[in-house]
Amino acid sequence: MDIRELQGYASFFMTIFLVIMLYGYIIHLYRSEKKGERDYEKYGKIALDDEVTSTPVEDKPASQRDYKEENK
Amino acid sequence: MQSNATLEYDYSLAKKFTYLTILFGVLGMLIGTLIAAQLAFPELNYLLGEYGTFSRLRPIHTNTVIFGFTVSGVFATWFYVGQRVLKVSMAESKFLMFIGNLQFWIYFVGALLATVSLFFGFSTAKEYAEYEWPFDVVIVLVWVLWGISIMGLIGIRREKALYISVWYYLACFLGVAMLYLFNNMAIPTYFATEGLGNVLHSVSMYSGTNDALVQWWYGHNAVAFAFTVPIIAMSYYFLPKESGQAIYSYKLSLLSFWGLMFVYLWAGSHHLLWSTVPDWMQTMGSAFSIVLILPSWGSAINMLLTMKGEWNQLTDNPLIKFMVLASTFYMLSTIEGPIQAIKSVNAIAHFTDWIPGHVHDGVLGWVAFMIMASIFHMAPRMFKRELYSKKLMEQQFWIQTTAVVLYFTSMWIAGITQGMMWRAVDEYGNLMYSFIDTVTVLHPYYTIRAVAGVLYVTGFIMFAYNIFKTMTAGKVLTQEPQFRTPMA
Ligand code: HEM
Repeated sequence: MDIRELQGYASFFMTIFLVIMLYGYIIHLYRSEKKGERDYEKYGKIALDDEVTSTPVEDKPASQRDYKEENK
Repeated sequence: MQSNATLEYDYSLAKKFTYLTILFGVLGMLIGTLIAAQLAFPELNYLLGEYGTFSRLRPIHTNTVIFGFTVSGVFATWFYVGQRVLKVSMAESKFLMFIGNLQFWIYFVGALLATVSLFFGFSTAKEYAEYEWPFDVVIVLVWVLWGISIMGLIGIRREKALYISVWYYLACFLGVAMLYLFNNMAIPTYFATEGLGNVLHSVSMYSGTNDALVQWWYGHNAVAFAFTVPIIAMSYYFLPKESGQAIYSYKLSLLSFWGLMFVYLWAGSHHLLWSTVPDWMQTMGSAFSIVLILPSWGSAINMLLTMKGEWNQLTDNPLIKFMVLASTFYMLSTIEGPIQAIKSVNAIAHFTDWIPGHVHDGVLGWVAFMIMASIFHMAPRMFKRELYSKKLMEQQFWIQTTAVVLYFTSMWIAGITQGMMWRAVDEYGNLMYSFIDTVTVLHPYYTIRAVAGVLYVTGFIMFAYNIFKTMTAGKVLTQEPQFRTPMA
């Protein structure tokens, strides 16, 4: 088997692998919403309510917020 | 630094890049119209000696509209959208303001010099990668500075979740960085030979088929990461914001994102069908191009469905009209591309005018429309004034839509005619037509395309005028509008 053939097979199997990953992702998205772990649609509001004073849709954990407080 | 009570978004960088978008847009499209006219009326090649020939001007057109107009539009919208969806103001970080301004000035001066270098004929002769090595270095620097801005703003954000547009801007940043670096690897000959030849000259590190493969992996993904990904980022912010409707399906936007990332990178070899690259690679390019319809239409349909129940806005808000038309043209060009990537279709389409026809229904109908719409939306917020004239917008919309339709229909006919004539044989297997026969037949279509160019530029100048008048004479706004953009 020469290098070109190897490349061909590598590309083929990688494609199969990535297709499985992508489908896995769809299942993951829907399943975690169904189980009530996440609500993806709420993120759509980020564009609509986007004043600098608006309440974030998801707040940052306190540990990460320190930096900002120091800079005030 | 600042107290929250007076905290506001800082639009100074968004404004600066908006000016450049307009400047490079006018310049690039004027040259586009000139070269379109040259193809119809060859005498126009001799206006400026060597500096005015088609071959000199074509790369100036492509590079100015890509790296000047589109990329400025991407920067302008990033410095607007980025702050808003991360809920943090640039004004909160002196460092980020400094980096942003540095990026602006290096980019502006670099872009001007690079354009001049093309005028003088310095070119690597690789499509969309014509700039010689010193300009590549400047471009890399600008890109790194932009990266620092993006990561820096993300680092100090208040909104923990990264909105889908941010993902797309990030993909644009990473994708272009990777593509640009790999494709532009070159040896400056002056230094390699201890002083022979011109300092600006360089030789690519790749050769033969490898060079072609790397070049079109780059070329096609430039379409992906410069013409598609950041424009989707704009649509996912400006369309919901202008219409007051959240994205139809956020999950679909995530899925299309990963689909697009995964599929696009493998489609580039469709530019090299029937060439010397390995057969399996050509087949892969075709196959992936067809699969590409799915994530592309996933995004486009998501945008159109965002308007569900609100279609009345299409008739009374010209800005929505621009954006909906842009999404529709996105659908058109992402079905057309895969069709052209089918091997048997490509045998007719390749090297013909159908290709620039396809390019321009995408860039004029989708990219430029979305960029102009974004600027129309940002202007009243940036300048705190109402848009100067709704009527002018409506007129511009129809002039430019007519222009796009004239452009791609004429090039469809021209391209297919050309492809059929080149391959036509008589009963003995002799070619039926010589090259000049095709040129004669195509003349009317080239003329139509030149007219389309004049119309499109006219529309763009109306746009520029409208924005200028908004800045200087628009009715002053006391409060930032929430959704619909106010216009007189
Ligand atoms: C007034 C509007 C425009 C006109 C009249 C125009 C005209 C042209 C012409 C005549 C060519 C050369 C075609 C050939 O070699 O046969 C061309 C190429 C190209 N233009 Fe434009 N253009 C316009 C706007 C734009 C814009 C806004 C963009 C991108 C944002 C763009 C991107 C390109 C690209 C990527 C190519 C290379 C196509 C290829 O290699 O097949 N153009 N344009």
